[in-house]
Amino acid sequence: MGQNTVKGTDATFVELIGSSLPTLVDFWAEWCGPCKMMDGPLEEIAGDRAGTLQIVKLNVDENPSTAMQFGVMSIPTMIIFQGGEEKKRLVGARSKAQLEAEIDSFVS
Amino acid sequence: MTEKVLIIGSGPAGLTAAIYAARADLKPLMIEGMERGGQLMLTTEVENYPGFPEGIMGPELMDGMRKQAERFGTRIVSSDVTKVDLSERPFKVWVGEELHESEALIISTGASARWLGIPGESRLRGYGVSACATCDGFFFRDREIAIVGGGDSAMEEAIFLTKFASKVTILHRRDEFRASKIMAQRAIDHPKIEVLWNTTIEEVLGDDLVTGLRVRNVLTEEESVLPVEGFFLAIGHDPNTKIFQGQLDLDSSEYISTEGGSTETSVEGVFAAGDVVDHYYQQAVTAAGMGCQAAIDVEHWLD
Repeated sequence: MGQNTVKGTDATFVELIGSSLPTLVDFWAEWCGPCKMMDGPLEEIAGDRAGTLQIVKLNVDENPSTAMQFGVMSIPTMIIFQGGEEKKRLVGARSKAQLEAEIDSFVS
Repeated sequence: MTEKVLIIGSGPAGLTAAIYAARADLKPLMIEGMERGGQLMLTTEVENYPGFPEGIMGPELMDGMRKQAERFGTRIVSSDVTKVDLSERPFKVWVGEELHESEALIISTGASARWLGIPGESRLRGYGVSACATCDGFFFRDREIAIVGGGDSAMEEAIFLTKFASKVTILHRRDEFRASKIMAQRAIDHPKIEVLWNTTIEEVLGDDLVTGLRVRNVLTEEESVLPVEGFFLAIGHDPNTKIFQGQLDLDSSEYISTEGGSTETSVEGVFAAGDVVDHYYQQAVTAAGMGCQAAIDVEHWLD
């Protein structure tokens, strides 16, 4: 796990997305090639926006019930939460610039 | 600054070209693209790449190639090329607003999964529609799903999907598979797999999630609904050549045409390797071989 992102689990999930900071959750798995591409960009964005955005990485293999609860059917899926509520869902890999643009439309 | 050689794409062809070009001191710049590592990133076990007697995971193989290319000094840009100008040298390659110029180019942009283009397909992508069984099969535990295709990869993916799904229906528009006999038989004999022959898919149904497919029997013209929660595509690949259209000679299927046994394209100084050229072999090891050829061709051409 990176230095800037937070590891989420089924047990900690509700608490994490209820944070006062907007939270982007990356649903991923070890066996998912496209998910690996997101590691670098997410780590950098989490560093750049420390204090204004929280990034949580949730391994769907280890935490299947959260993935199921949110109806994740394809990974990578990234969901932006605010105050515990789903605000935006991105399915499929994105470049850092594309991700930042999506985040900017929500988080100032 | 003008590069000596710029490589577009980062599958086995591009990375092998980078390893060779870097070792020849050409200091290659690679634009690896959003689909970094290419199609092997979407596979699990690769059992036929020489040198790995126990097999190797596709993503792991590609990570290894990438590290090897970097070790010899390849510089890597992690975005998609958006535009090229091959009308004069140095060639121009844009990544968004960013312009790169290079004496020689190696194109190894590969091929990407083909879609049917039917209603509902793109709207429900990620909500039950997928072209990557290895990525998304996991989410269909104990559910009924369908897959379209008739080649070896369709058979392989259908069998892979039975690990999760309670039932896998293979839909095929003809009355026999194009797949090798052994793969086809393995699929047909599988207790969780059912085959619907002579069947085309007209529409993917569902509001927020896939609930079924509207299918048509091509012999009787009868339409029916197949209730499934997942729909996977394995109907082949199309070469990624859109940005080169009108600037390079492509064949009738839009693959890049090369000269004889070399990697030279119709534009002097532009070379191509891997699945973007090859619609026949399409193997990791053949792509890697062509990547090596391209780097050697570039080295000779620059001399």
